[in-house]
Amino acid sequence: MITARVASPDALDFLNLDALFSEEERLIRETVRRFVRSRVLPDIAQWFEDGILPRELGRELGALGLLGMHLHGYGCPGASATAYGIACLELEAGDAGVRSFASVQGSLAMYAIYRWGSEEQKQRFLPGMAQGETIGCFGLTEPDFGSNPAGMRTHARRDGDDFILNGTKMWITNGSIADVAIVWAQTDSGIAGFLVERGMPGFTATDIHKKISLRASITSELHFNDVRLPASAQLPGANGLSGPLACLTEARFGIIWGAMGAARACFESALDYSKTRVQFGKPIGGFQLTQEKLANMLLELQKGSLLALHLGRMKDESRLHPAHVSFGKLNNVREALAICREARTILGANGVTLEYPVIRHMNNLESVLTYEGTSEVHTLVLGAALTGIDAFTG
Amino acid sequence: MKIVVTVKLVPDTNAEKRIDPGTQRLIRTGVETVLNPYDEYALEAALALKEKLADGSTVTVLAMAPEATKETLRKALAMGADDAVFLTDAALAGTDTLGTADVLAHALKNIGFDLVICGGLSDDGSTGGVPGALAEFLAVPGITNARSLEIIDGRVHAQRETDNGYQVVSAALPVMLSVTMAVGEPRYASLKGIMGAKKKPIAPMALANIGAPGSAGAAGAKISLLSTAPPPVRGKAKVVEATDGLSGAQAVLDFLKERKLV
Ligand SMILES: Cc1cc2nc3c(=O)[nH]c(=O)nc-3n(C[C@H](O)[C@H](O)[C@H](O)COP(=O)(O)OP(=O)(O)OC[C@H]3O[C@@H](n4cnc5c(N)ncnc54)[C@H](O)[C@@H]3O)c2cc1C
Ligand SMILES: Cc1cc2nc3c(=O)[nH]c(=O)nc-3n(C[C@H](O)[C@H](O)[C@H](O)COP(=O)(O)OP(=O)(O)OC[C@H]3O[C@@H](n4cnc5c(N)ncnc54)[C@H](O)[C@@H]3O)c2cc1C
Repeated sequence: MITARVASPDALDFLNLDALFSEEERLIRETVRRFVRSRVLPDIAQWFEDGILPRELGRELGALGLLGMHLHGYGCPGASATAYGIACLELEAGDAGVRSFASVQGSLAMYAIYRWGSEEQKQRFLPGMAQGETIGCFGLTEPDFGSNPAGMRTHARRDGDDFILNGTKMWITNGSIADVAIVWAQTDSGIAGFLVERGMPGFTATDIHKKISLRASITSELHFNDVRLPASAQLPGANGLSGPLACLTEARFGIIWGAMGAARACFESALDYSKTRVQFGKPIGGFQLTQEKLANMLLELQKGSLLALHLGRMKDESRLHPAHVSFGKLNNVREALAICREARTILGANGVTLEYPVIRHMNNLESVLTYEGTSEVHTLVLGAALTGIDAFTG
Repeated sequence: MKIVVTVKLVPDTNAEKRIDPGTQRLIRTGVETVLNPYDEYALEAALALKEKLADGSTVTVLAMAPEATKETLRKALAMGADDAVFLTDAALAGTDTLGTADVLAHALKNIGFDLVICGGLSDDGSTGGVPGALAEFLAVPGITNARSLEIIDGRVHAQRETDNGYQVVSAALPVMLSVTMAVGEPRYASLKGIMGAKKKPIAPMALANIGAPGSAGAAGAKISLLSTAPPPVRGKAKVVEATDGLSGAQAVLDFLKERKLV
């Protein structure tokens, strides 16, 4: 037997995870990576600073097929869950704001309609949303109810065949630019979902400013003041809190991957910097302390990426439980944040500027740690799964 | 009309390249295979032409490469090619440039074409010899280094890039044309294209299907490769540290003056 010399590992794909992807998955990754390189990276620091995300980007994401990409029919490509994860990773390697746009549009808003909507609602909304022509948002959180959405106050009261919607939703991504809001509200028969369209009398949205995280993403407050909704605006399939929670599980799955994208971008930036920045007569990458940082970052980056891939394959085989998703989100966001913070120290003072991607990703991940279930909530999900004892209350 | 794009499958252009000292051939194991980047421009030109004609014209890609690299062609299908022909045969290993052009010509005659579009150069072999030889073997007009093309009344009209500008040339179809990178950036494969590529056919072709030209393989090669060596290691670069653009420019200028380069 001939033993060929094994090529030395590639710093950016140390465990050769590439080999675990199919040709199709590699192509999807390449398409998204190229898009991010040409459309996001040149301007993202400015968008972040200005607190904007160009509306046009939604259409471009749609043209590539990245909105609702894992849904089937209605103009959606029907890609695998793993492929969707890969796209989230590449988008977030650009910026979590761009990934959030795709997550909210595809996994929260479109998925809610896809999973719980009537055939008529699907036909009417999904094709335009897949193209990025119609923008959706997902309104669950309220000023007084975040981790505990079951207590929500927004309610829809029956009035003949119609509903009258009142209440406030808070921290809603894409809220003010949305053409259609998926709004969760109390009704006589429990929590239900409604499609509230832009321009309906009594529906207004105001943006939340002064965020220091996820700045390249619109976050809004939605106000409903006696908004009259026809019965056809209700999502017929959703019944109770499991309605929105099913959507959140979808979006969280993408975050498991996305967080590794942010981490990868910071790792790359720090590795590169460590090889060129000279102090005390040698590159800082030559100091043992820096090497330990890089090695630890590499370990968690590769482990987290393997975890994401494993969970992706499980999802594609319909073997993924929501507690698995909590496992992935808790671990990968936590580790991504640690990697970004470590990367920031390697960049020294440059690490606190927008000239480098590191502090942007680091700050973004603070939102990612909190939304789609805080790290504490996911810890409690795992605790309950392990012990059978629910520690959420009392 | 039938457009055929010849596409070479090459080792990842970013990967470290190693030569097997025994066979003097590139070690392809463990290295991802990609479409020759230049050929993506050829494909882009073909797809753009097809879209512009909008008359039911088709784009076929043709690659001659080892069996294991076949799936790499999915990308060409994902970008928008209608189908692919994958020419492979154990007897092709070691084919030289002339042989490659001869074999490709046999394959093209078998497939049928109105217009063949090639890249200008392969990323690995880099002889640039295939397109010209191909036109010769096909006995059709060869237009090299085209930066744009259009079809008018059954003729190709193309702008050829030259050192001091460009020429406008025209030839009646069928034609062999090679492009430069000025024809336009290759498009991304969209998700729909990628998903749809699964269903597009990659037709296998072997030497026996095309009359087994004697030029194939190491046996038919007229050029023998004697040795290969890595490029010489570049001397250490001088790094200029500057606090601002002006002093940086001054330092570079001094450096060039010192060496009497300006
Ligand atoms: C940028 C951004 C975008 C967002 N986009 C959306 C969106 O599009 N749609 C939407 O509906 N929401 C969105 N959110 C809201 C997000 O989902 C909530 O912020 C999140 O669920 C937490 O709610 P909260 O902020 O009210 O925190 P709280 O629930 O008030 O939590 C505060 C702290 O208490 C902890 N805590 C709460 N309960 C427990 C417990 N039982 N045990 C232990 N600790 C506990 C939490 O973990 C956290 O550390 C977004 C948030 C941000 C920051
Ligand atoms: C089994 C097998 C093993 C092979 N092993 C090798 C190898 O180890 N190294 C190697 O360099 N080549 C290999 N080839 C391919 C072949 O020998 C080369 O393509 C040939 O030498 C062309 O020279 P070039 O690369 O300089 O092309 P150039 O003249 O530089 O290429 C110009 C253009 O010609 C077209 N073209 C060139 N080659 C091909 C092709 N094969 N298929 C379709 N279009 C093409 C492309 O459009 C390209 O842009 C192998 C082929 C087979 C079937």
